[in-house]
Amino acid sequence: MTPLAVSIAGALASFALVVVVLELIRSRRLRERYALLWLVTGLVLTALSAWREGLNTIASWLGVRSYPPAVLFAVGILFILAVLLHYSTVISRLSDQNVVLAQKLALLEQRLREPTRT
Amino acid sequence: MGVERPAGRAAPPALAELRRVAIVPALNEEHTVPHVIDELRAFDPGLDVVVVDDGSTDGTAAVAAAKGAHVLRLPFNLGIGGAVQTGFRFAFEQGYDLAVRVDGDGQHDPGQLSRILEPVLRDEADIVVGSRFAAAEGGYRSTRSRRLGIRVLAAVVSRIVGQRVTDTTSGFQALNRRGIALFARDYPHDYPEVEATVMVFRHRLRLQEVPVSMRERGGGNSSITALRSIYYMVKVLLAIFVGLFRRNVVPQEGSE
Repeated sequence: MTPLAVSIAGALASFALVVVVLELIRSRRLRERYALLWLVTGLVLTALSAWREGLNTIASWLGVRSYPPAVLFAVGILFILAVLLHYSTVISRLSDQNVVLAQKLALLEQRLREPTRT
Repeated sequence: MGVERPAGRAAPPALAELRRVAIVPALNEEHTVPHVIDELRAFDPGLDVVVVDDGSTDGTAAVAAAKGAHVLRLPFNLGIGGAVQTGFRFAFEQGYDLAVRVDGDGQHDPGQLSRILEPVLRDEADIVVGSRFAAAEGGYRSTRSRRLGIRVLAAVVSRIVGQRVTDTTSGFQALNRRGIALFARDYPHDYPEVEATVMVFRHRLRLQEVPVSMRERGGGNSSITALRSIYYMVKVLLAIFVGLFRRNVVPQEGSE
């Protein structure tokens, strides 16, 4: 069985994540579309920490007998990987768009500077 | 800001006295956009048309320019929210008194513009939305899941704003200067009409729905596919609920 202190600490920490994400959306520092994955992460981790029997059951499915909270770590790491991968795709798109913007700006500037030579 | 409403109940200004513009967002709709522009001109020859080309790869921008419309070409696809807001920014900067939004795919019938313009001209509303569901006429055909989604969103939004709203996803709209100013400053992304409806009420602007019928889409594809609609649903509901807890609903100038 998971030590009670681990369950409490895990639940508090993951719930804090949910609260922080919601506050970031509210203050417009985080867009909803990038917040959803974080919210799911926080909620799943909160649920797994608080629902002690559930964590035990899942751990036994996976053959984790000695220390059930290891499943908590595994799930957490999996979600963090998902978020990071998602951000990598976002950054790739942003840098592509940045190139397009810079090119358009250069072309516009050229037209402004040399209005006769088009 | 700084848009004062005319005092008293003066005679409503005639359409012809107002500077007015139609905002037409379009993505790869070269076959329907020329029709839409023709129909807009047929409805009102004094209506300026601005086509916002949201990163089309076909001839949308060229055919629109050939028809004499103003064309705003976005360097890449921003999504419908970003595209439409570009149009509102244009309308705001160019000092238009009145704007209508008509989609470039031909599903909105410019012949019905007088219906959605009327409440704005009478100064009874700042924003008028053409609703497919406000009346029994012209049954709107769509997939079942999509209709369900629209209905759920309408129910949620109606409850929040305390006024019956039947169609939160309609892009067939007319706005006065106050509405233009609001949307030029702040407009939601991705799936904007639902959040925009709530925003309008939070800013204490007056919104009215009038029944319209919509046509089958003339071309292009709906930007909402089945799987995405679930994602959008969650996203939009999250945005609405979190938005309710914002204190300063009016973002500071240039805070984006």
